[in-house]
Amino acid sequence: MDLRKLKSLIELFESSGIGELEISEGEERVRITRAVAAAVQPVVVQSPAQNPPASAAAPPATEAAAPVLAAESEGHTVKSPMVGTFYRAGAPGSKPFVEVGDTVEVGDTLCIIEAMKLMNEIEADKAGVVKAILAENGQPVEYGQPLVVVG
Amino acid sequence: MANKTDGLLFDKILIANRGEIALRIQRACRELGIKTVVVHSEVDADAKYVRLSDESVCIGPAPSPQSYLNIPAIISAAEVTDAQAIHPGYGFLSENADFAEKVEKSGFVFIGPRPETIRLMGDKVSAKVAMTKAGVPCVPGSEGALPDDPKEIVRLARTIKYPVIIKAAAGGGGRGMRVVHTEAALVPAVSLTRAEANAAFGDQTVYMEKYLDNPRHVEIQVLADEHKNAVYLFERDCSMQRRHQKIIEEAPAPGIPLRLLERIGERCAEACRKIGYRGAGTFEFLFQDNQFYFIEMNTRIQVEHPVTELITGIDIVQQQIRVAAGLKLAFRQREVARRGHAIECRINAEDPDTFVPSPGRITSYHAPGGPGIRVDSHVYQNYFVPPNYDSMVGKVIAYGDTRQQAIARMRIALSEMVVEGIKTNIPLHQELLLDDSFLRGGTSIHYLEQRMAKRKGT
Repeated sequence: MDLRKLKSLIELFESSGIGELEISEGEERVRITRAVAAAVQPVVVQSPAQNPPASAAAPPATEAAAPVLAAESEGHTVKSPMVGTFYRAGAPGSKPFVEVGDTVEVGDTLCIIEAMKLMNEIEADKAGVVKAILAENGQPVEYGQPLVVVG
Repeated sequence: MANKTDGLLFDKILIANRGEIALRIQRACRELGIKTVVVHSEVDADAKYVRLSDESVCIGPAPSPQSYLNIPAIISAAEVTDAQAIHPGYGFLSENADFAEKVEKSGFVFIGPRPETIRLMGDKVSAKVAMTKAGVPCVPGSEGALPDDPKEIVRLARTIKYPVIIKAAAGGGGRGMRVVHTEAALVPAVSLTRAEANAAFGDQTVYMEKYLDNPRHVEIQVLADEHKNAVYLFERDCSMQRRHQKIIEEAPAPGIPLRLLERIGERCAEACRKIGYRGAGTFEFLFQDNQFYFIEMNTRIQVEHPVTELITGIDIVQQQIRVAAGLKLAFRQREVARRGHAIECRINAEDPDTFVPSPGRITSYHAPGGPGIRVDSHVYQNYFVPPNYDSMVGKVIAYGDTRQQAIARMRIALSEMVVEGIKTNIPLHQELLLDDSFLRGGTSIHYLEQRMAKRKGT
């Protein structure tokens, strides 16, 4: 189950009156419950046998998604200025530009959005510490999608 | 004629538009089992068709140049979603030859004509030349761009005879035009129109035509495939206009002999074959004194396509998709029949008297229904009509066995319709549906503005 699907699921859940939702897809299962506090806690249950990517286009395996919602409130969220594919590093196999915990200055490259064969460097517009990286390497992103939180 | 629809169309189509036409295209795709990707600006994130789509991609902030006119963003969205084809709808990039070209170069199918055809018809001078060559009657005129020589301009106008109209070659849809009644006003008018054309379209090329004082706007819908088949789907009368914007459209055009329509229809279909036209298109004519005069061709689906769909039973958007997938047209000309009468009222979010746009939240919405009523609208209760785009919030189309019945049904439908929270032009439509001249049929393109002027007592 890729992050985009999960995101849509969470949005749907939030706008509904449902108290708890559980969905199974193959060997993967997602259960979302409405906690007493306002925050919605998604729990992703991953299948023991991870499906290897069948081709380059297959989405990467989902990591625990719990930090996604909490992290957005802790700092300045850098959002995507364009539609494209998100990459953590400048080239396949290279070291990612930033990791969680790194200190960044204004102008430091955080990631790359690739669109129509052109690589666009996304720079930090605020200095601080990288609190969270909200997109997956190779994931399609849309305009306005949260990418990195700097706090 | 053998007709294949067994999974040969597309897996996924990207809809590069918004509003009611995005929903219309989505409905056609869903019926064909094709997945939809809808691109949208930030303010359209809650649109009905966005929620109903298989995938959606936010491509930019509200302003059109950064979203619906943003070619890289749209093509990028097609790339990341693995769409196979892009439907451009109407307006926005639908008649942008560069966009069509980039779409194809990027490996996607553009659901529309070839880029060269869009370019040919986008230049109103070259379009007329091509049509004249193809045997489609045009408004008598300068037969090409106006020269710079004032003497030559004056001579041309004397041949054509006043009044004449100066038009920008890169214009269209009512923009970049000026009427000249006397020789004294001619040369200055040409200079002024050139300057305006340059400012608005970046091209100062102008041409001259005879100005018809009392024409009706009658257009012919065509469909052509890549196998040299082309048919006409009869006509629409779109004469009820204000400032060149259509308000009411109907099919068939009242009071025009069928043989005249068949003749002009066949000329249009033949022109399609000659220029290698692909997809859906509309030839627009001025009709006066029982003569058709070509003014321009629209190389896209039009807002008023539903009236043609209702009298022919043909789903034009699906035909566009089939043609784009390389299929042959599923019918021959002799199988295209028209039956009954359809009228469309464009519902705009505007003040019915001042025409000032009225964006905002629709607090209460109830759509009409019943026999012969079709509503093409993307709005719903609590929908926020954004101020950034055109004001059309929907179309109500009424169908009947006769024109009278269609009008009666439309009156009932509009009386049932509730749109609160914003102003709409429904009261204007209700007035027009009781207007004697409209009821007689055949009013000219100047009728509505003349009527409004009379009301104001000017």
